Amino acid sequence: MDASTSLETHHDPHHHDADHDHHELGWWRKYIFSTDHKVIGIQYGICGLILLFLGFCLIMLMRWQLAYPGKALPVIGNMVRNIFGPGSMEGGKMAPEFYNSLGAMHGTIMIFLGVVPVAFAAFGNFVVPLQIGAPDMTFPKVNAASFWAFAVGGVIMLASFFVPGGAAKGGWTSYTPLSDISDKGPAFHAIFNGQTLWLIGFIFLITSSLLGAVNFITTIVQLRAKGLTWMRLPFFVWAQFVTAFLLLLAFPPLEAAIVMQLMDRVAATSFFLPTGLIVNGAPLHISGGGSPLLWQHLFWFLGHPEVYVLILPGMGIVAEILANNSRKPLWGYKSLVFSVLVLGFLSFIVWAHHMWLTGMGTAVSAFFQTTTMIISIPSVIILSAFFISLWGGSIRFNTPMLFATAFLPMFGIGGLTGIPLAFNSADLYLHDTYYVIAHFHYIVAPGTIFALFAGVYFWYPKATGRMMNEFWGKVHFWPSLICMNVIFLPMFLQGMLGMHRRWYDGGQGWSVAADHVWGLTGFQWNTPISWAAWTMGLAQIPFIINFFWSIKHGKKVGDNPWEATTLEWTAPSPPPHGNFIGTPVAYRGPYEYSLPGREKDFTMQNEPVEPTERTRRKVPPEPVLA
Amino acid sequence: MSSLALINEFLGQPPNASEHGFQIDHILEFCHWFMAALFVGWSVYFAYVLIRFRKGRHPAADHEGVKSGISTHLEFSVVLIEAVLLIGFAIPLWAKRVNQFPDTQDAILAHVVGQQFNWNFHLPGPDGQFGRRDISLVSNTNPMGLDPNDPAGKDDIVAMGELHVPVNRPVILELSSKDVIHNFALPHMRIAQDAIPGSIIPMWFKPIKTGTFEVICGQLCGLGHYSMKGSVVVDSAEDYQAWLKERAEMAGTQAAPAAADRPPGEPSSGATPGTIAPPGAPKTENPGAKLPTSPAPSPAPGG
Amino acid sequence: MEIPYTVSTRPDTGLWNAKIGIWLFLASEVMLFGGLFSAYIFLRIDSPPGLWPHGLLNVPVGTMNTAILIASSVTVVLAWAALKMRQYRAYWWYMLATIICGLLFLTVKLVYEWPQKFEHFGAFIKPEALEKYEPYLGNHHLAEKGLPPRLEITGHLHNHGALHDPNIKEYEVALDPVNADPSNPSMDRPHFFYVPPTEKIATIEKSDVERAGMFTPDHSTYFATYFTITGLHGLHVLAGVLVFIYMWLPVSKKVYQRNPEHLANRVEVSGLFWHFVDLVWIFVFPLFYLL
Ligand code: HEA
Ligand code: HEA
Ligand code: CUA
Ligand SMILES: [Cu+2]
Repeated sequence: MDASTSLETHHDPHHHDADHDHHELGWWRKYIFSTDHKVIGIQYGICGLILLFLGFCLIMLMRWQLAYPGKALPVIGNMVRNIFGPGSMEGGKMAPEFYNSLGAMHGTIMIFLGVVPVAFAAFGNFVVPLQIGAPDMTFPKVNAASFWAFAVGGVIMLASFFVPGGAAKGGWTSYTPLSDISDKGPAFHAIFNGQTLWLIGFIFLITSSLLGAVNFITTIVQLRAKGLTWMRLPFFVWAQFVTAFLLLLAFPPLEAAIVMQLMDRVAATSFFLPTGLIVNGAPLHISGGGSPLLWQHLFWFLGHPEVYVLILPGMGIVAEILANNSRKPLWGYKSLVFSVLVLGFLSFIVWAHHMWLTGMGTAVSAFFQTTTMIISIPSVIILSAFFISLWGGSIRFNTPMLFATAFLPMFGIGGLTGIPLAFNSADLYLHDTYYVIAHFHYIVAPGTIFALFAGVYFWYPKATGRMMNEFWGKVHFWPSLICMNVIFLPMFLQGMLGMHRRWYDGGQGWSVAADHVWGLTGFQWNTPISWAAWTMGLAQIPFIINFFWSIKHGKKVGDNPWEATTLEWTAPSPPPHGNFIGTPVAYRGPYEYSLPGREKDFTMQNEPVEPTERTRRKVPPEPVLA
Repeated sequence: MSSLALINEFLGQPPNASEHGFQIDHILEFCHWFMAALFVGWSVYFAYVLIRFRKGRHPAADHEGVKSGISTHLEFSVVLIEAVLLIGFAIPLWAKRVNQFPDTQDAILAHVVGQQFNWNFHLPGPDGQFGRRDISLVSNTNPMGLDPNDPAGKDDIVAMGELHVPVNRPVILELSSKDVIHNFALPHMRIAQDAIPGSIIPMWFKPIKTGTFEVICGQLCGLGHYSMKGSVVVDSAEDYQAWLKERAEMAGTQAAPAAADRPPGEPSSGATPGTIAPPGAPKTENPGAKLPTSPAPSPAPGG
Repeated sequence: MEIPYTVSTRPDTGLWNAKIGIWLFLASEVMLFGGLFSAYIFLRIDSPPGLWPHGLLNVPVGTMNTAILIASSVTVVLAWAALKMRQYRAYWWYMLATIICGLLFLTVKLVYEWPQKFEHFGAFIKPEALEKYEPYLGNHHLAEKGLPPRLEITGHLHNHGALHDPNIKEYEVALDPVNADPSNPSMDRPHFFYVPPTEKIATIEKSDVERAGMFTPDHSTYFATYFTITGLHGLHVLAGVLVFIYMWLPVSKKVYQRNPEHLANRVEVSGLFWHFVDLVWIFVFPLFYLL
């Protein structure tokens, strides 16, 4: 049978009894254990945002220790101590093991419990089916399972703060042997210790991502509306499509590594432990024969694709918002799509650029330097295309657009500073210094996080039927932008001075940190950075209030408040269960803004092509199916 | 060889003190110029566009936008520059680092063993022979597990935390670790290398300035990571001989006291370099710390 | 609201949803086991001569298990074919056969193979003491033939107390044939059939032993990888069996009556998964039993 009739099945008896049992869903099935992609998306979104904020709070604590090492943190210090126990901030002073826990968990939470759930799972779940005109994900139950796996994983991760010894301390990279042998001994439980729980929690998070990835890809392949050919997909859908593949193929090797580290910890194996280790002067009683670097290879095989998982959805969001608010098509749509595919593919063969200093030979390092150089090209193309898209536009600076435009230079800075790191000889000096920290934070913090903010402001009306407040949005934007730069720009200086990351004392005890740059010593720079971080914390309050306040009190709007073109704006806001009234059909590309000779400056994808139009512009003939 | 390193210096990079360091600085410098060019170029364009095409000034967008292929040229030039940096500089430079070691005749050879949380140095001494080492002999007084009955080891020099080398002579360090991965980073010499348990990785440099230089552990290795500090003292030839002599005398006895003398002008933080473990980390000489664990916090926090 | 293409195929892709889903899932599974197998290779290449055990696994039993899995792969296809021909009874029997095969495989693993390892004991001799135990190791003989040395003495431990009690100073081991008569050429190659330990008892001084213990994951990287990979594979088999049981139970008959194609699709999808599990074993068997 052909698909159109299959889409017709919406209206035959099936439809009604489906609707029928849907009505019987109770509050729990509807809002908590729902299988509706929109509900799941929102669940992901809220959990993710809260966890992002938590990750931020952890780093705000660390910033105190970095700015004022060894000093007692007034008031809050004792609160923290009462929450996390004596090992954390006794008398308001931060203990080194607590600092390391915070560092590791900041990284883990931000990446795997914050950005991935929001950027990939939340926006992917809520927006993608709507943008491709689908009634839901292909596997709604799997979708729900994915969310609950994530929830369990998250709970385990957070719980690990409260077991004896506190959360994992080995950094988000959990390098072996350190992570194999840490959190062991009389002071620790065999299973309920930070590192082991980190591993177990991770297995759930990976499961969640895998289920999600399978679902996304299948949905995009199978449920595209009639007429929505591949080259008519919004760029955001492409970005999510590639992201899903990255998760699908990069996560399992890490899962394997995690199973092995788990074995090392609970079954006393030696996957990552070489023969003849002496810890604290005592030989370890292990079989040995393992390989410490094996972990790093498996970790970074995920690790690098993962960083593109962090950025691609952000790029997708920015693309949508740029096109919409510059009121003109994205420039070079085809090259954008091509670049993002190449980016996805290449990201699997660059991982060793995180391991330059592990004693690599010329041949191997030459290979990985070359691939790393090549992979920077698609990013350049994407960013250039975004810049050029703005030319000739009629740019509206609403809140989403502000965040989206800020994304461009911020990502640019982060990306450009990746280049020296990519040359192993330059990285010789920069490896594990604050230069690296600054590099990737410029991409993930004022980059991805801003993209997420932009996306929240942009799709909020679709999800709730109400706008978020514009004024408070701007109050959120400007301080955030300034603080981000005050935080991360000086870190490049600290890195160039030779200050290393993961320093509990913020460099106080090191002569490299005593050198001056731009009027302050490397160590002194910590103070303005920290104050900027705390100020930015305050700058988030308007957002949080705005976010919750607008649910009830925001300005009511119709289906298409931004006068956008893609299919999600043809559905009611908020869309009902099943999303669309009737069956959406796409007749044209995603970004038909400011078509010459039309009264409106936007033409939606479901508006049929008029004959006159076809003669005037080269428009593909009537949509072939799919 | 001159150091043209305007941006690097502007960004605070400390002066280089090794022969090959200038090349490292150059490639970094080139990168920074290249980045600056792209950044400034695009920023100017960006600022212009945001003003020129804002709604107020340009109410109707134009559907087509830019038609010229300017960006393609730009992207190609990026490719070109990156290719030059890669093939012209980075790869040969690395080859020199890892393949072309100075011959051991005139080079200073030393074994470096990292441990939580300090650096141990092992020099062959006058006879130029390294004594046998055996992990079963490792103790707090014999950190390298040096075999006392091996004649070759009799005159060996074991120093904790501080290594002396003569200026203008290549130094080859063979890195390994007892427990976890550390990273032997000498910013002023523009070298760094992981010290990985179970493997021995060589690394070389040629100091061209005398003075005391900080050795940073560049890999998270536990509680004391932030204070895992060593120092490389680059002496004039004669000072070096003097040091060797002094050490050769102590060689028979244990090398532990060496840790005590700290290089002058070292900023003293909560943690001192060398053997004294940082607060919070179990002291290496603490007999209680025999459990197969990384530094376990003695009190169990959490609730 | 109903999701299209759950049963019927989408014209332009020519596929129904679950089919794409399962192939994607299998792709990720390939990466998972790929990671583990690459670890196996990594570790095996690293391991010094003599430290990677051979012939400790029971080849005939392994072969039998392989046969069982392959058979089950056939029956599941037949089951699917039966559904396509709308013969529910035949389907029912084939599915039952598949389930039984799966359970058989697991039983052999859990009741016979693994416990047998846990029973077995091995002691690695310190380099300096190798000469002392030459009669059990036969390294001279091996050296002549240019074979890798034997560093471990294996067999059945008689005084289990020795494992924990520091006061017991030696192990008493009923030697495996290899150690009972080490310079016998027939012992150079690992045996095909499992040969139980001999009556010959050796006493091994603890002071001469580098490491000693039962054949548990912590015995060596060999057993670490063996137990990890076969364990994970076992979990996959279990999962498969559970799914099959679900499709074999009356609940699925209802699906069949509503739309036979739907059940057929489900069986096809889970069958694909089953073939993959089978395929993984096809790699495990030679890597651990034969090589
Ligand atoms: C989303 C995250 C993300 C992204 C996109 C990238 C992108 C890149 N990264 Fe980064 N990276 C990380 C996240 C990311 N990275 C993280 C988290 C780490 C640390 C992990 C850890 O150790 O904890 C890291 C570490 C890291 C290292 C290891 C450093 C070390 O540990 O010593 C290296 C080395 O090659 C590297 C290189 C690169 C390169 C070449 C790119 C390229 O893809 C960049 C390409 C982009 C460009 C080249 C920009 C082009 C822009 C323009 C041309 C326009 C400019 C205009 C204006 C600015 C106005 N990164
Ligand atoms: C996605 C990844 C991500 C993100 C977004 C961030 C964000 C930030 N990071 Fe971090 N960071 C890492 C990933 C990330 N980081 C990693 C991987 C490491 C290495 C860890 C390791 O050493 O192993 C690291 C390490 C790291 C260090 C080094 C620590 C050390 O080496 O000792 C520092 C130091 O300042 C730092 C600071 C910050 C700051 C100030 C932010 C700020 O930009 C924070 C910005 C966050 C917000 C603005 C919150 C936004 C959310 C809301 C406002 C939600 C509102 C809620 C509702 C509406 C419900 N990070
Ligand atoms: Cu040693 Cu960090
Ligand atoms: Cu990377």
